[in-house]
Order: sequence, then C-alpha cells, then structure tokens
Amino acid sequence: LNRTMFISSQTSEPCFRDFTLLLPAVAVGNVGQLAVDLIVSTLNMSRVGHIHTDCLIPMSGNNPYATCKDDAEELHTPAEVYTAAELKLAVLQIRAPIIQTKSKKFRQLLVSWIKSSGFSRTVVLSSSHAYQRDDQQLQGNPLRYLVTPSLLKVSADALKELGWKEMERVPAFPGLPDANAEPRLLIPGGGISKGLYTDSCAEDLPLAVLLLFCSEGDNIPDAFALVNHLNDWLHLLDTHGQQATKWKIPASWNLLFGSGIPPALF
Amino acid sequence: MATFFGEVLSVFSRAVEDEEEEEAEENEEDEQIRRELEEKREVHLHWSPEVSESLASGNKLQCSDFILAVGPNAARFLSVYVLASANWNAVGRASVWNERSRAAAGQSGEEAAACVFYRHKEQPSVLVCQVTCHVAEDQLFQWTEKVLDCLQHRQLSVTVLSDGSLADYKTPDYLSGSSAPFLRSLHTAAFSDRPVCRSLEQPNIVTGLAAAVLNHCQVHRIAAIVYQCYSDVAGPDSVTMETYKPALTKLGRSLQLDLSPNSDVLRKFTRSTEIQSNLYI
Repeated sequence: LNRTMFISSQTSEPCFRDFTLLLPAVAVGNVGQLAVDLIVSTLNMSRVGHIHTDCLIPMSGNNPYATCKDDAEELHTPAEVYTAAELKLAVLQIRAPIIQTKSKKFRQLLVSWIKSSGFSRTVVLSSSHAYQRDDQQLQGNPLRYLVTPSLLKVSADALKELGWKEMERVPAFPGLPDANAEPRLLIPGGGISKGLYTDSCAEDLPLAVLLLFCSEGDNIPDAFALVNHLNDWLHLLDTHGQQATKWKIPASWNLLFGSGIPPALF
Repeated sequence: MATFFGEVLSVFSRAVEDEEEEEAEENEEDEQIRRELEEKREVHLHWSPEVSESLASGNKLQCSDFILAVGPNAARFLSVYVLASANWNAVGRASVWNERSRAAAGQSGEEAAACVFYRHKEQPSVLVCQVTCHVAEDQLFQWTEKVLDCLQHRQLSVTVLSDGSLADYKTPDYLSGSSAPFLRSLHTAAFSDRPVCRSLEQPNIVTGLAAAVLNHCQVHRIAAIVYQCYSDVAGPDSVTMETYKPALTKLGRSLQLDLSPNSDVLRKFTRSTEIQSNLYI
C-alpha cells in the first residue's frame, strides 16, 4: 500500500523536469525548515501540491506566507511543494516531525518521488548538534556540505570555487589508531539527512546536503546563515552587500516565543 | 529552551536521533515484535450488520453531513445538545489501541464507548461521531483514511468540533480569563459556506485528529471545516460546551433540533467532576 503521493493542488500536474529541488531535514533547531520558509516567502513561490503521507504527524493551519487579508485564509498541510518556474526551482517544505518508526519509509518515498519527477539536483538543508562536534569540526565556520558522486561530476568546479568545507568523517574509535576502522559519517540531530544522503549515493541520485552546526534556541540567525550560504551557490537572490535584509520573514514567524505579556506583571 | 525571562520551557527537540538507524540490522525476534505491535496498533471499524453489508457490496455510506467531535467537551456538547433526543441510532464504532489504552482499560465501560458513530433516524445521511479516546500520532492518518473511505464523497460536508487549550493559543495581545472560551475556524479550499466565527490566525495551528481530517479533505477536495474551541477549563464545562452551539445552527435547523442543553445529561456530566474534586469536602 503506497500511502505517499504527490497530489497536485492545481488543475494540471506540474512539470518538475530539470528543476532544482530544495528540501529541509527536520533537524536541530528547525534550521532547514526556517531557511526554506525564507526562500518560499522571499521568492513569492506558488504552491503546486501536497505530499500526502502517513509518515508525518498531521497538522494544518492558515497561509504561513500571508501578505494581506485576502490570502490569509488558505489551508496549508504538513508537506507542500512550491515552485518558481522562471528559476526552475521547486521547494518541498516539511512542517511536521516524521513519525519515528516511519522515517525509513519516508526516505524511500522521497527518493522515489525525486527520481520519478526528474529533478536535475536536490539540495537538503539541514543542521547538526553543535555540542557533538569533534576537534577538527570545531575549526572554522560551522557550515558543511556533502555531495553524492553523481552531483560531484557536474558541480565539482563550482564547489571548488566556493571553497566550502566538506563534512568531516569521524574516526570510529577516537584516539585509537586502528587502521581497519573506516572513519564514519555522522550527522547527530540531523534527522533523515544522513539516510537520505546514503540512499542517494546508492541510487546514483544527484543530491547535496548543506548543514550547519547549531544548538536549540532562537535559530533565526542560523536560518539566515544557511540560506545565505546556499545563495552563494545557487544565486536565488541577487545580492550585493547586505544580504540579510533582502530575505523576507514570513508572517508565521510571529510570536515564536509565545503570546503577549500580561500587563499586570509590571 | 530558555526564554527572555530565563524560565525553562519544556520544548522537545525535533532532532530525531539517527543513531537508531545504525542498528537497523535487528534480529528476527525484534522484527516480529515490531510487526505484532504494528498490527495491534491498527485502527478497526465495527459497523452494524446493515452498514457493513452495504459497504461489502461496494455501496459507501450516503452521507451529506459528517460531524466529528474530538475531545471531552466537544463530545459532551454532542451528547448534551444533539444526541439527547432519541432520534439517533448507534451504527458503528472505531477501536484504537495504543500506549494510553491500558490506563483506561480499567474503566471498561468508557473504553467501549469511545469513537461511536450515530446516524439520524429520519435523515440517515447525517452521521455523527464522538471521539473521547486518545488516537496516537501514528494512528491519526489511518483513522481518518479508514473512516472517510466508508463515506460517499459527493455532496459531503465535514464539520469537526475540537477541544483546544487556551495556553496553546498565540496572540500578540494578552488574553484575560474572561475572553475564553472562544471558537476559531479552519476550512479546506472546497468549503464554500460562511464560517460562524473568525478564522484561525497565524501562527496558530491545528493538530491531532482535526488536522488529519482537514488534510485528508483538502487533498481529496471535500468541503470540511474545523471549529477549534480554546478554553481555560480542562474538565467538563457547560460554558465550553455552549461555545460550540453556533457551529451546528444550520444543521440543527435542517434536523429540527432545538439545540438547547438537555439538563439531565448535563447534570450527569457535571456531577461526575464534582465527585472528583475533593479539595474541600
């Protein structure tokens, strides 16, 4: 029984051929999801459909990107696909946590949807626990990347020019010089990032993971850091100088820290 | 997570540990236990002989209005205002087993009565369901799919009444106790009627069974609306129940319900809480 499907919210099926797909990993501090919110809201992308699946915890709300009263009352679901056709860009926003026992199934469904839709490349925006970094990962800026061999083939030059740091593999037994133990890829707190990456390597899918080491708290600055980092590569937004001011914060980011304060408090 | 004032909020981390993935090579016994647990968590529908016969022959339930009440106050509102008249037949129930079922198993009477479907005697296209049991996160999607699959979709209109806590309602203004309880609505694109209250403001969201039903209806283009009642009383409360009344005005007219509380039923519900409250004997 295949319970996941892309369901178009328009009258015709959208075409994703040769589009770049961006999606968040539900991870530490929700940084990937916040970064995707900035992209959808800033580029004014239009919703083309839902990913309707039993792998995500149900939630719904009104339009998170509402700009005026007229477009506020519009139902939105836990996983939706947005496009900006002129940029050949599609975004899958995931707004709910994945049901833990179904994370493998969710990954498989994503991979098969990505394959059948004909995306030219997929970029996963993710984060990882800052406190679990090892010594080498503590150095330099907190941004890392991973690319599958099939994406490396076409993007090697671009990545070299960017001078990005690849996510370090950590030794299986730190401190023990064991020649037989291969260093492992670990993304603690990164949700499905690692699984999605290894699945894509096996399936020969062109996919990249961009991630940021961070801690839970006010993760808005982290989201800006990640989205600016992505923009250095994909040039979604023309930027000269002040980048942070160009991204548009969506309405749904209001009251992240709760309601108004009772006046009787003072 | 610490806030501006330094108090620590119990915000759980969404960062799913991927370490569990590493141990994917579980043995056969683990796998069997997992499979059996999954089977046990399956949602089952038990319809009356008449309904199951018609479903078996491929005829879905003819349904024009499906009213779903989720939570103690929403369910009791239906009991007190709607189902108190003798015009309803119980036609089925949904059974759900999960981690919270065991605790409730002692009160076996209550357990059996959770998730019951009623049909109106004169207008059998009106179906009502009360959900008072806990439906776990991994069961919500399945519950919704199974139940709505039994209903004919054409001309179907779904109304969900759902209990919410005032503490979960976000607003830039400070809410004093006197403003609660109140209703907020959220509807699918196919819903063309006028909601009886204000639409749920961002960044508020709806979760649980109400959200599962809304999502299902949105992707299947069924007219559906959720009325979420934000209340500062957790137990059975007549004022909170009354808040739901406007949501059923239109249906009440077509069914010729008088939508006034049945005092006998109301007394039964409120008395049960009086007994529990033993702060002052």
